[in-house]
Amino acid sequence: MRLLQILFFLLIVRPILFIILGVNIRNKEGLPKKGPAIIVANHNSHLDTLLLMSLFPFYMLHQIRPIAAADYFLRKKWISWFSLNIMNILPLERQKWRKIDQLFAEVYKALAKGEIVILYPEGTRGEPEQLQRYKSGIYHLMKKLNEVPIYPVFIHGFGKALPKGDPVLVPLFVDVFVGEKFFCRNDRKPFMEELNHRMSSLANMGNFSEWD
Amino acid sequence: MKIQSHHIFIVFWSLVSILIIVSLLYKWWKQRKQKELQVVHISIRFWWLMVGIFLIAVIIHSRLSVAFFGLISFLALKEFFTLIPNARAHRRVLFFAYLAIPTQFYWIYIKWYGMFIIYIPVYMFLLIPFMVSLTGDSHRFLRSVGSIHWGLMLMVFSISHISYLFILPPSSEVNYEGAGLLLYVLILTRVNDTAHFLIGRRWGRHSLASPQTKTWEGFTGGMIVTISMSYLLAPMLTPLNAIHSLFCGFILSIGGFMGAVNISSLKYDLGVKPEELIPGHGGVLSRLDSLMFNAPIFFHYMHYFYY
Repeated sequence: MRLLQILFFLLIVRPILFIILGVNIRNKEGLPKKGPAIIVANHNSHLDTLLLMSLFPFYMLHQIRPIAAADYFLRKKWISWFSLNIMNILPLERQKWRKIDQLFAEVYKALAKGEIVILYPEGTRGEPEQLQRYKSGIYHLMKKLNEVPIYPVFIHGFGKALPKGDPVLVPLFVDVFVGEKFFCRNDRKPFMEELNHRMSSLANMGNFSEWD
Repeated sequence: MKIQSHHIFIVFWSLVSILIIVSLLYKWWKQRKQKELQVVHISIRFWWLMVGIFLIAVIIHSRLSVAFFGLISFLALKEFFTLIPNARAHRRVLFFAYLAIPTQFYWIYIKWYGMFIIYIPVYMFLLIPFMVSLTGDSHRFLRSVGSIHWGLMLMVFSISHISYLFILPPSSEVNYEGAGLLLYVLILTRVNDTAHFLIGRRWGRHSLASPQTKTWEGFTGGMIVTISMSYLLAPMLTPLNAIHSLFCGFILSIGGFMGAVNISSLKYDLGVKPEELIPGHGGVLSRLDSLMFNAPIFFHYMHYFYY
């Protein structure tokens, strides 16, 4: 499976992302060299996960685990096989949200193994190029993991290249900004404020002409 | 006058030697000063790419270079489309516009001059507004039509002239004559840019156009250097006679200046800082700015007088 995953990224994902689209990445050195770590990013397109996974070298690829909604990605047989084996997702059963420990059990296990977890605190894919309010799920996940570093990453451009609900891929450059790592604080409000602040200051680094 | 392949190779290998020396000097300088000069770095990379394309075209097949210039065209257009404001509703028209690249370069590949010269100025000119209308949303119609077609003219139509230069002289196998023409326009355009920049920085007083780096002194100095170079290189690389070569240097100097000012104004309008030279933010456009004007100018000059 690892070979299949590498081939998929080498032959399909990377050519599309780096040749057809083109990626400008700032501060690539800022990405974690090893786990455990959490990457938080804004979410506008399915390509977000493929891009974040492509930023890591092939020998680390199998350690990158995107958190994904079980009710969406495990609903059909084929998608389920692809999500679990190629994308290596950590399925999250959203309906279990009342029991936090049970909900995040898989994530805790992955982090304990030293893997790098990708999380979209916005929940689902938002409107193109709009930052949504972050849900506090990330706080509930991280409050027991004070030593695990959080890396904020801001992605811009997929909302133009491949927005939700339009199958036509238009080649356009994509911008990625990797921020400084930080750690979870003990209180929800200051932590969420810090997350918001870090993400919006990354977003403000680019000078983009937005589409109307 | 017959062009001899060894003359072209003399010029080519001197260029490669200069490039090697500059690359090594830059490497040494970078290690000593512990910093990078983006402009120099990208310039060097661009020239190595040109050397590669040239070698492939001469050694393997001149028509293979068509694909490389198609790729450069694609990079330039992608950068332009990323930078410009656009209406979300007209997104698919951008996709349609990209399709003009393979088609345009295919006309070059099969040497269909008539189609090559009218495809974008006529057919794309008629089709782009129609495609925008088809989206059913005419809000910002004029802006979309204007900017998309302008981008195609500059990034595809103009750049494709460099590609056609290669196959302009009639020849069946390896086309040294075409390679000579390409080297000639590339060197003169770059020499003019560099001379303008260096002379303008040293003696420039009177501003000539909106970006502050363009001065009357730089322009005049650049022109003198370019005309001398065009006169010296012409017998080795082109069939140009003495008078034609002097005049060629004159128009390439003006054309290169106009092309550079053109992209500067565009970047100013789009809010791209001149120092931001990362690809996708003025990188490819900045490298090709003067060539975008000089390619068609030189092409038609040669086409009119010699081919």
